[in-house]
Amino acid sequence: MKPELRQYFRLNRLPHIWCPGCGNGIVVGALVRAIHDQGLNQDEVVIVSGIGCSSRASGYLDFNTVHTVHGRALAFATGIKLANPKLTVFVLMGDGDAAAIGGNHLIHAARRNIDLKAIVFNNSIYGMTGGQVSPLTPQGKRATTAPYGVVANAFDLTELAKGAGATFVARGTAYHVVQLTDLLKQGIRHKGFSLVEAVTQCPVAYGRQNKPADPDKMLRWQKENAVNIRNRHKYSQEELEGKFLTGVLCKKDATEFTEGYQHLRDLLDSHE
Amino acid sequence: MNTHSRQPRLMQGNEAVAEAAIAAGVKFYAGYPISPSSEIAEICAEKLPLVGGTCVQMEDEISGIAACLGASLTGEKAMTATSGPGFSLMQENIGYGVMAEIPCVVVNVQRGGPSIGLPTSPAQGDVMQARWGTHGDHPVITLCPSSVLEAYSLTIKAVNFSEKYRNPVILLLDEVVGHMREKVELPEEGTLEIVRRKLPECDPEDYQPFKADDDGVPPMAPLGSGYRYHITGLYHDETGFPSSRPQVVEDLIRRLHRKIEDAKQEICLTKEYRTDDCEILVVSYGISNRSAYRAVKDAREQGIKAGLLTLHTLWPFPEEALKEAASHASKVIVAELNLGQMKQEVERILAGQVRVEGLNKVNGEIFTPNEILAGLGGTI
Ligand SMILES: Cc1ncc(C[n+]2csc(CCOP(=O)(O)OP(=O)(O)O)c2C)c(N)n1
Repeated sequence: MKPELRQYFRLNRLPHIWCPGCGNGIVVGALVRAIHDQGLNQDEVVIVSGIGCSSRASGYLDFNTVHTVHGRALAFATGIKLANPKLTVFVLMGDGDAAAIGGNHLIHAARRNIDLKAIVFNNSIYGMTGGQVSPLTPQGKRATTAPYGVVANAFDLTELAKGAGATFVARGTAYHVVQLTDLLKQGIRHKGFSLVEAVTQCPVAYGRQNKPADPDKMLRWQKENAVNIRNRHKYSQEELEGKFLTGVLCKKDATEFTEGYQHLRDLLDSHE
Repeated sequence: MNTHSRQPRLMQGNEAVAEAAIAAGVKFYAGYPISPSSEIAEICAEKLPLVGGTCVQMEDEISGIAACLGASLTGEKAMTATSGPGFSLMQENIGYGVMAEIPCVVVNVQRGGPSIGLPTSPAQGDVMQARWGTHGDHPVITLCPSSVLEAYSLTIKAVNFSEKYRNPVILLLDEVVGHMREKVELPEEGTLEIVRRKLPECDPEDYQPFKADDDGVPPMAPLGSGYRYHITGLYHDETGFPSSRPQVVEDLIRRLHRKIEDAKQEICLTKEYRTDDCEILVVSYGISNRSAYRAVKDAREQGIKAGLLTLHTLWPFPEEALKEAASHASKVIVAELNLGQMKQEVERILAGQVRVEGLNKVNGEIFTPNEILAGLGGTI
């Protein structure tokens, strides 16, 4: 670890709980580099997380950290941000956390365009509970609760967030860590709801059931299947089948919720 | 209630809750509309932005209480309000509030249940849910007003207790107390006792976020105040970090209980009416208490030695007050709009010393005084 990054970790909380080969540490590394590069004040950063392997990251990071309940991290974060808009609030979630039990909160946080920096660790599986199916497990893949393969469709969280009104939506991977760091930095600079989906590998709960289970092969899979949105035009629709887009997928301006609410207070004040 | 009172005014119970919360310093409301509690949200939506506060309608009750807990972590006083179905949804996060020791007031204006039940009829069926609704062996504080004025004063107490003891406080109204309008003379705002949570006085480096003072309550640093620490719903030690060491686990759960248990003297609020020499004691709370009061008064006029113990605090149960009020009684009647939730508790406490009977009404209507008078053996 670079010396200048050590200050962001609670080194006495390490080692972490993640399995060998897990991608969560890579994503957390990208986050910390992004925070460092953006020069955020540690005291004014809040890391809110849900429940899951990835959500344990909050405990290792030396900021104001809140490890909440499964699926509701965005709702806790909404209260934190509204009550103290000066804080920069990151919300770390697993794909089950964000897309299943917490899906409704994701939709509404995006709709409100509240300035929360949501990061979804997408390992396509429920890691913490031992490999059950997630809404982001691809159709046909196996999970402990889909031993014959997943029947239902997986959905694209970035499309969902866009549709719901998120003003910054991006996707990166644990393999493309430089790009991921850059996307997180752009998310930090963006005023409004931002969602960065980080595709990451879970060799133990996902890999063992679906092969390959070697972390290096899983990382290579990310490399081979990620299509940077800038290069999209080089692919035909058929060629894009089974691949996924990375980069900034949506960026637009709209009134941020806490600013809108402050505007309301100001208006009421001036009418008194 | 207070020597410095304001002009009398007509006020609704739910309105009293919203006004009192703001007077007690609540700056944050998040919730989801449901009868018969919605007026609280509506008044907060109108008034909170005028005092620099925030009111947000969330996507459901789960996020309503979650947002309140989040806001409270930044140092704001927060409240949410709901009724049965929403109260059920809030339970997991009430447990989080207990475990992470986050002040917050949860108002439940009870309606008939189970399920969607009777949306705008009174009931008192959530008494045990208020006690045991969230999983695990948790402590809780629950207050219950029986008039509009009490809705005001007990909301202030609820905010104060939640701040002082760092625990969610449940305020149980019922549809009638929530919706009825009464003449009230509210205390002058300056005369109200307002409590704020303890802040740490040590340097951030020395802060042990879950190390309690002698009163069992740890000082609470707001997020963003320079005291960086970790908050979790997992069992944790005094540093706030997760631990499953048996000693840590036991120490924490026992402390959480003890901080409320040791404060029962302050938290357990009751009112006694002619209990000194009563042979039949009526125990009641909420709207049922109003009918019970009239019934006891009428019974006394007929020469029946009746008395009334009104519970303003339901949890922790005011055991001492009950034992005292029942000390001369040969019979205790618990009048409530459910099938005997509090009666069981009263029986447990009096443990066979006195006969305990339930007077129960579960048809969506409140007691008439005569129904209770008849239970007292009075002539109607
Ligand atoms: C209300 C509730 N339901 C279920 C669980 C059990 N549970 C804990 S984590 C989890 C899913 C974890 O998967 P994901 O969110 O994708 O995160 P990961 O562990 O893969 O990082 C589940 C189902 C819980 N803690 N709370």
